Amino acid sequence: MTAKDKILYFLYLHRTGLTVTAFAAFVLVFPLVEDNPYTLGLTNLIALYALVVLGLNLFIGYAGQISLGHAAFFGLGAYGSAIATTAFNLPPWPAMALVAALVALVALVVGLPALRLHGHYLAMATLGCNIVVYTVLVQWHPVTGGHSGFSGIPPLALGDFVFDEEGRFHYLVWSFTLLALLASLNLVRSGVGRGLAALAADETAAACLGVDVRSAKVKVFVLSAVFASLAGSLFAHCYGFVSPDSFGIFRSVDFVIMVVLGGLGSIWGSLFGAALVTLLPEWIEVFDTYKDLIHGLILVLILMFLPQGLITGLADLLKQRLALYRRRLESRDADA
Amino acid sequence: MLTLEGLSKNFGGLPALQEVSFRLRGGDITALIGPNGAGKSTLINCITGVLAPSAGRVDFLGRDLTGLPAHEVTRSGIARTFQNLRIFPRLSVLDNVLCGLTLEAGRSFFSAMLRLPPLRHRERRLRLRALEALDRFSLADKAAWPAGILAYGDRKRLEMARAFVGEPQLVLLDEPVAGLNAAETAAVGREIVRLKSEGHTLLLVEHDMDLVMSIADQVVVLDSGRCIARGTPAEVQRNPLVLEAYLGRMEPTA
Repeated sequence: MTAKDKILYFLYLHRTGLTVTAFAAFVLVFPLVEDNPYTLGLTNLIALYALVVLGLNLFIGYAGQISLGHAAFFGLGAYGSAIATTAFNLPPWPAMALVAALVALVALVVGLPALRLHGHYLAMATLGCNIVVYTVLVQWHPVTGGHSGFSGIPPLALGDFVFDEEGRFHYLVWSFTLLALLASLNLVRSGVGRGLAALAADETAAACLGVDVRSAKVKVFVLSAVFASLAGSLFAHCYGFVSPDSFGIFRSVDFVIMVVLGGLGSIWGSLFGAALVTLLPEWIEVFDTYKDLIHGLILVLILMFLPQGLITGLADLLKQRLALYRRRLESRDADA
Repeated sequence: MLTLEGLSKNFGGLPALQEVSFRLRGGDITALIGPNGAGKSTLINCITGVLAPSAGRVDFLGRDLTGLPAHEVTRSGIARTFQNLRIFPRLSVLDNVLCGLTLEAGRSFFSAMLRLPPLRHRERRLRLRALEALDRFSLADKAAWPAGILAYGDRKRLEMARAFVGEPQLVLLDEPVAGLNAAETAAVGREIVRLKSEGHTLLLVEHDMDLVMSIADQVVVLDSGRCIARGTPAEVQRNPLVLEAYLGRMEPTA
């Protein structure tokens, strides 16, 4: 092996870690280059949504299930942190962990019966779960503040360093998102991830290869709920204000659109999907006015022409073409 | 090694299997034959836990497997292939085979997300074993292809590679040569004999009588859910019940 081969092999072997490191470096210097609070506010929002979408993509994209209710876990995380730190005066960090544990428990209780369902029925069950949570947030006035929500949630802090403006918040929320990104990338490259991909394709075959289908589905559902809950807690501490409108079923649908745009089962695509859906209304004004209409149209078009989602669909197409092309070349060589 | 005692399966009152009993000896090739609809695939599904039997007992190496879910049956050392191929078309050929090593890859979400060095090393070892298995079934040069573009014969061999990669103690092959041409059938037959010589135990569901009669040590004949004969290929071929099941009753004609 020459030195060049060795370097190339090293790059190939550590491609995932190196890409994540490069991306982390980019995130690290981003606020130094771009210090406009409005832009940073947007990228922070992307990071928050990406955190939810990473978990949801594991559940929808990798394990092949469907959830139209992840805004509920996002909302439970936000309200949980908000209530724990204001009404009970708990310190923010332990409150966040506690809330994530409680949301995991809720997801377990919901998931155990709901994940026996498939397809449309599972979509309906999760949708119903979101509507229940939304209604509780609106109706339980003394605790949640009803429609108007409530404010005065303290910001997070590390010692004396308070995450109270967008530039500082950038580092906090992107740390979480990068860790989730790394964890997701690791998960899908392991036996657990292959098991999820297998059960997405064919539950019987997966079970016959030793995948505990039911338990794996529940586990990945709980994991995605925990990601959503953490994002919710960060959301509450970042904006200092929560109201039920951020956690309705249309937010859930937006999350699904982000997953589909990013590509089912594409971890990096999750970042892309979250970014695109967040930024589109900023770039083109029509999007803001007819947001729901256009989101729906995007979803329909992608599912019609690239059912695996935008990025994954294109990548699959490319991989397939390449392999077919190589096969043709080989058979031509064999003939010659 | 595997003992079936009075295994029965009803689908809503309709009996698909009735009191099937036989045993497999370790190291043997047993062929399960019978006309269409005889219950061969149902029997395989009952053994592997895809279906729960209505009555009877499945005993494997002294362990009662009756009614266990499929992943538990797999855990006890039984692997299988499917009649209507069930490969994962979007995964690469290599990943398909790695799915056959699920039991050894660990199922903890935490350790998978952390990916500490022990897990990395294990993944590398598993990858090597999967490549070896692909090599045996001469698919190694296609390891990176998406499995969906493989030709039919390659898919069949991929399923065999996936079943054998985990070194199971018993492999159930559901119609391994269905749809293959004569040359491919002969190749699969040689492969099966080689697997036997390496000490694997196989249960084979097959319609290709030439193949069955040439490689099987024991033949079990099912008809309408009942086990009507079992014995060596020569014995079964002479059995009048078997001839009747396949050819219909011989009526004396004028």
